Amino acid sequence: MATAVRTLIHVPRPVRQGDIVEIRATIAHVMETGHRPDAEGRRVPRDIVTRFECQLDGTLVFAADVYPAVAANPYFAFDLRAERSGTLVFTWEGDRGFQHRETAAFAVT
Amino acid sequence: MRRGGRAAAAALALLGALAACVAGSAPASHTANGADTRRSGFEDMSRALQALQRDETQNPGMLWVQEGEALWARRAGDGRSCAGCHGAEAARVANASARYPVFDVETRRPLTLAGRIDRCRQRHLGLPGQGPDGDEVLALSAWLAQRARGLPIEAADDARLEPWRARGESLWRRRMGQLDLACGLCHDERAGEKLGGAVIPQGHPAGYPTYRLEWQTLGSLQRRIRGCIVGVRAEPFAPDADESLALEVWLQRRAAGMRIEGVAVRP
Repeated sequence: MATAVRTLIHVPRPVRQGDIVEIRATIAHVMETGHRPDAEGRRVPRDIVTRFECQLDGTLVFAADVYPAVAANPYFAFDLRAERSGTLVFTWEGDRGFQHRETAAFAVT
Repeated sequence: MRRGGRAAAAALALLGALAACVAGSAPASHTANGADTRRSGFEDMSRALQALQRDETQNPGMLWVQEGEALWARRAGDGRSCAGCHGAEAARVANASARYPVFDVETRRPLTLAGRIDRCRQRHLGLPGQGPDGDEVLALSAWLAQRARGLPIEAADDARLEPWRARGESLWRRRMGQLDLACGLCHDERAGEKLGGAVIPQGHPAGYPTYRLEWQTLGSLQRRIRGCIVGVRAEPFAPDADESLALEVWLQRRAAGMRIEGVAVRP
C-alpha cells in the first residue's frame, strides 16, 4: 500500500449492557518476514507488526504480540463484555518505528 | 405401462449420455438443455471464506477499496482528480467493472479497465504508468469493482471485438507449456474436480481484483492468468500483449450475465 496506513475496524452497535460482542480490527501491513530474498538474492529486512493493543478509556482490554509467521494485513477479533460506554483506542507497533492509532466509539445502552 | 416406463428410462439415459457428450466439448457454461451451469469459485469456498468475502468489515480487499475511494478524490499536481471529471460518486462509471474490456478506437485494440485507469492517470493526471498490478491502479480497480457489485457482466455487441474474442477462445483451447495443458482442459472439462487439494474453478473473472490468501495481497486478473500459465510451465504473456487482451475479452464473453462479486477473496 503506497499511501497512508489503512485499517478496517468493526465495533457493533447498538450494544446492551452485559452483552458480549466481537470487536474486529484489520490493518494493511506487508508483514515482511525477514527471511525472504528479493529479486537480486538479497535478504529483505524484516518489517512486521510486533504488538497490537486495544484499550477502553485507558483500560487494556486486549493485547497480542505478533511474530513473523503472521500473514500480511493481520486481522484481530476479540470478545468484549459491554459494561460501560467509552472510547476504544487501537494501537499497532512494529519494526522501523511503525506506529498507528485508531479510535472508535463504544456505545453501551 | 411397465415397458413404456422402461423405454422412457432408456430414452432418458440416452439423453443424459448425449448431454454428457455435448457438455464435454462445450464450455462449462452451456449444457444440452440450455441450463446455465456456470458457477463462481465463490460457491466452492468454505463457509468461513465466503463469510470473509461478504463481510465488508472483514474482507481484506476493503483496505484497497478504501484507498481507491481516497485516490478517486485526490488532486494531482495540477489540481485535477478522477472525481473532477467522472464525479465524486462516479455514477457514470459505476458499471465499469461489468463493462470492460471495450474496444479502444485510438489503439484499435481492446482496452481493459486497469488499462483505462492507467491511461487516464498518465494522460490527465500526469502520473507515471503502473500496469494492472500497480498499487494505485489496483486500489482504483477495487473501488470500482465494489461499486459494480451485483451488476451482470456485459458483453458489448461490438463486431470489432469479435476477432479478439475468437483469438482468446482459441488460446483458451490451445495446449501450451511443458505440461502441454490448455486452459479449457481444467476450467471447462474438469471444473469441480480436484487439483491437489483444491477444487478447480470454472475460471470466471467476476471478482477481480481478488484478495488471494496465497498472495497475501490483492491481485489483478492478469496476475491470476499469469499464475496458471507459469503453472503449466509456459512463458507468461506480458500484461499488454495481444494474447492477454484476447484472453480477457474471451473470459468476459464467457462470463456474460454473471454477477460482479466486487472484491473477492480466494484461498
